[in-house]
Amino acid sequence: MKRPASVTALLASMAIGSVLMLIVGKSPGHVWWSMVTSVCGDPYLVGQVLFKATALTLTGLAVSIPLDAGLFNIGGEAQLGAGVFASAVVGAALPGGTPAVIAIPVCVLAAVLAGAAVGGAIGVLRVARGAHEVITSIMLNAVVAGVVLVEGMHHIFQGGTTTGPPIARGAWLPGLGLAGSAANTSIVLAAGAVALVWWLRARTTWGQAWLAVGRDPEAARSVGIDVGRVQIWVMTGAGALAGLAATSFVMGHKHALEEGLGRGAGLLGISAALLGRLHPVGVAVAALLLGFLSVGGLAVGELVPKELTEMLQGVVVLAIAVAAAWERRR
Amino acid sequence: MISAIFSFAFAAQVIRIAVPYAFASLGGAVTERSGNIDLAIEAKLLFGAFAAAAIGHATGSALAGIAAGMAAGMVVAAVQIGCSQWLAADQVIVGVALNIIALGGTRFLLQAIYHEGANSPPAPSYGDAVLTNPLVPAALVAAVLVPLAVRRTRWGLRLRAAGDRPDALVAVGVSPRRTRLNAALVGGALAGAGGAQLSLVVGGFSADMSSGRGYIALAMVILSGWRPAAAAIACVGVALAEAISIQAQLHLHVRQIVDLAPLLPYIVTLAVLAGYRGRDRSPPSALGKL
Repeated sequence: MKRPASVTALLASMAIGSVLMLIVGKSPGHVWWSMVTSVCGDPYLVGQVLFKATALTLTGLAVSIPLDAGLFNIGGEAQLGAGVFASAVVGAALPGGTPAVIAIPVCVLAAVLAGAAVGGAIGVLRVARGAHEVITSIMLNAVVAGVVLVEGMHHIFQGGTTTGPPIARGAWLPGLGLAGSAANTSIVLAAGAVALVWWLRARTTWGQAWLAVGRDPEAARSVGIDVGRVQIWVMTGAGALAGLAATSFVMGHKHALEEGLGRGAGLLGISAALLGRLHPVGVAVAALLLGFLSVGGLAVGELVPKELTEMLQGVVVLAIAVAAAWERRR
Repeated sequence: MISAIFSFAFAAQVIRIAVPYAFASLGGAVTERSGNIDLAIEAKLLFGAFAAAAIGHATGSALAGIAAGMAAGMVVAAVQIGCSQWLAADQVIVGVALNIIALGGTRFLLQAIYHEGANSPPAPSYGDAVLTNPLVPAALVAAVLVPLAVRRTRWGLRLRAAGDRPDALVAVGVSPRRTRLNAALVGGALAGAGGAQLSLVVGGFSADMSSGRGYIALAMVILSGWRPAAAAIACVGVALAEAISIQAQLHLHVRQIVDLAPLLPYIVTLAVLAGYRGRDRSPPSALGKL
């Protein structure tokens, strides 16, 4: 029976994690089992898994679509950061009594446009200037985080704190309940994005165009596809999705700009995209798994350092890269 | 501020900042010229910095720390080349994965060994000293020797062949993979030495202390057209920008500009990348291919 590469990679990563647990003197079976029981038995932790998975699904799609088209978007941090900043600033600028029908779309749009602008810039630099998207993405990650921090310190954060003014009440996305966890209805936006990407990829000429560019840019060009334009649009769309993830943090959870809000979710999207084998539904499943790993790692923090699961997220990426190559060669 | 810039202390600061960048970009240039994309520089810096601090702390010897840092860089390089050349995994993804592993892994090691969240116990410290820190002359020597070796020696000829015409290398009975492994081990040792400079200057390791320097070093390799000497010189430029931004924070009082000053190296890199077409200096033609 042929085992898919992501399952092999996941098992290999768990094995490596188990070895590390043995090194710090804990029984791997016990740690994994208490991870499962403590998360599944606690509605609050289940909610936290859903909260993490919401953002990771979106940042994962922001990596998987460009990879489909042969581009590596590791600018998710910058795109998400820009989205967080834009939606929080716009949300706080809205008059307090703005009804939800106006406030929610306006804030969502702000997040999406800000992320799309950053993604689009990376795409334009790549297409017009030949600047490698990995390098420009990393520079932009640092620049956006720095600019948000400085702007926050000078104009937004309130007296000595690292929190800005609250966004208008109408822009709050309701929570899912789950014992006061951060899970909120932005999960509907994430599910919608999965469906939209699935439909674009499987049913439209747009999806076919980006897949064709990823398979062989020369062949795509020879059948009349404008490769540069597809690459720019793909990066713009990816940025929009990563920006959309800001809605979960700002509108669904903190309701204000906070220093470092959402940090890390952009980078972890790479793991979600690769573990999900670039398929939108796969990305969502992978996001749930990674969310579980991260929440579970905290839950068993007394047994093993939580840094162990952070490291495993990188191990998963490495294992998938190897397993996918293995699968290709057979 | 101007008088502060024309001082010996400022020059020493530029040198201190330039050393890790220079080591990292020399290592990156060697690895990339042999045909393997080197996105794992960040991981080599970080593990190098950790190993140097840990062994420096354990032995009390900074030299032992430097050796450990170089060894750690070589281990990362061996894993990188093993995955990307022998197991044929995507070189870009392997690099990014190793960087994520380094970020979490060094923090895990801090917890597991010292039960600390962010900092290692104190290691020997060179501080801003330029004359007593052996990594400073070592960086200068490397900046001269590495370009010469790449250009003039048999090792360098084979390394360039592995990057440009691996088929020609096969025709004379030399394995491109082996050549790339050799190159990457040298590159890893260099980047590891850069990591050692990071932690031995401040006398200890702190989480994420490389803070993106590996990526900037790689950007300098690309901007310099994959020429190690030019990359090392570009790194001095980055160090100058960083040192000026530090001085600006100390001396200028336009708060908002001053707070944005640390972003200068990133913005300069972006601006240069945006203004540079890279048509005349192309990458090694087999870069990223097997």
